[in-house]
Amino acid sequence: MIAPRVSVVVFPGTWSERDFAHAAGVLGWEARLVWHAETDLGAPDAVVLPGGFAHGDHLRTGAIARFSPVMRAVEAFAADGGPVLGSCNGFQVLCEAGMLPGVLLRNDHLEFRCDWQWLRVDAPTGPWLGGLAAGDLLRLPISHGEGRYHADEATLDALEAADRVALRYVTADGTVSAEANPNGSARGIAGVTNERGNVLGLMPHPERAAEREIGGIDGLRMLRSLERWLADQPAVAERRL
Amino acid sequence: MRWLADVHVALRPGIADPEGTTIAGGLRSLGYPVTEVRAGKSMRVAFEADDAAAAETAVAEMCRRLLANPVMEVATWQLRADETPGDDEAIPA
Repeated sequence: MIAPRVSVVVFPGTWSERDFAHAAGVLGWEARLVWHAETDLGAPDAVVLPGGFAHGDHLRTGAIARFSPVMRAVEAFAADGGPVLGSCNGFQVLCEAGMLPGVLLRNDHLEFRCDWQWLRVDAPTGPWLGGLAAGDLLRLPISHGEGRYHADEATLDALEAADRVALRYVTADGTVSAEANPNGSARGIAGVTNERGNVLGLMPHPERAAEREIGGIDGLRMLRSLERWLADQPAVAERRL
Repeated sequence: MRWLADVHVALRPGIADPEGTTIAGGLRSLGYPVTEVRAGKSMRVAFEADDAAAAETAVAEMCRRLLANPVMEVATWQLRADETPGDDEAIPA
C-alpha cells in the first residue's frame, strides 16, 4: 500500500483537525496540519478541510475562510485533479468557494444536531468513496447547526443526473425519508462531488468513526478508498520512486 | 470622500427561513396577527470612494463577492454620503 500523505487545513476556529490526524494515524497515513495563512500545502496526495467554525463562521459559514491564503493552493490542487475532502465546516467552505455547488443553510428545526447518522452511498466513485459499493450504508457522527443542503431545482436535477449526489441521509434500512433527514436537506443530500469527482463535501464526520471503542469504524471504511485510488495513479507511484 | 452603506441581506424568497418562522411564532404568542417574518442581517459599511457612481459600484461588488451568497441570499442597500467623516460616532450599528 502507498501510505497517503494528507494535508489537513487548519483555520482559526477549526476543531476536527486532530481527529483527522488521529484517523490518519490509525490508517498508517502521514498527516500534516497546514495553517490557513500558509500558501504551500507541502506536496500532499490529498487535502482535507475539517470541521469546526472557521473564522467564527461570521457572516455565513465558510464565507471568510474561502479568502484565506491557503485556499488558493487548495483550489489549484483540486484543479489539478488532486483529491480534496471537506467535512462539515469544510463542506461549507468548499460551497462558499464555488468548488462545490449549493450552500448549507440553518437546520430546519434550528437545533444543533449531534448524533449518529445512517448514510447511504449513492455514487461510489472517486478517491473518497471508490472503495465502497452503491447502496452501502455508513454509520457516521454528525455535528452541525447549519447542514441543510440547498440548491435550486435545476442544479439538484443536474447533480442527480450526473451521479454527483454521493451520500444521502437514510434510516437504518437505507431508506430516504423525512424522519431520517437530520436537518431538512434537499432530497436528503448529505454529500456531493464536483464535476470531475475529485472533490467531495459531506456534512458527517468520517474521522470521528475511527475506533470501535467509541462507536464504530465506518469512517475508516470510507477513507480507505483513497489508498486504492492513489494506487491507480501512475503519477503518485512515480513520485515515490 | 466617505460614504455609508446600510446593507440588508436576506434569504431569497421561497427558501425556508426557520429563524423567521420561529420569530413569527413568538410574535403571534404575544397576540400580534403576524403572518410572516423573514430574518436577515444588516450591516453598515463606511468606505472611501471618489463619487456616488463609484460608491454604488463598490457596494454592489462588496455584496456580490462577500456580503451575500447569491445562491441563497439577496442584498439590498441604501447609500449616502457621510456628512461627518472622521467622526466614529457616525458608525454605530
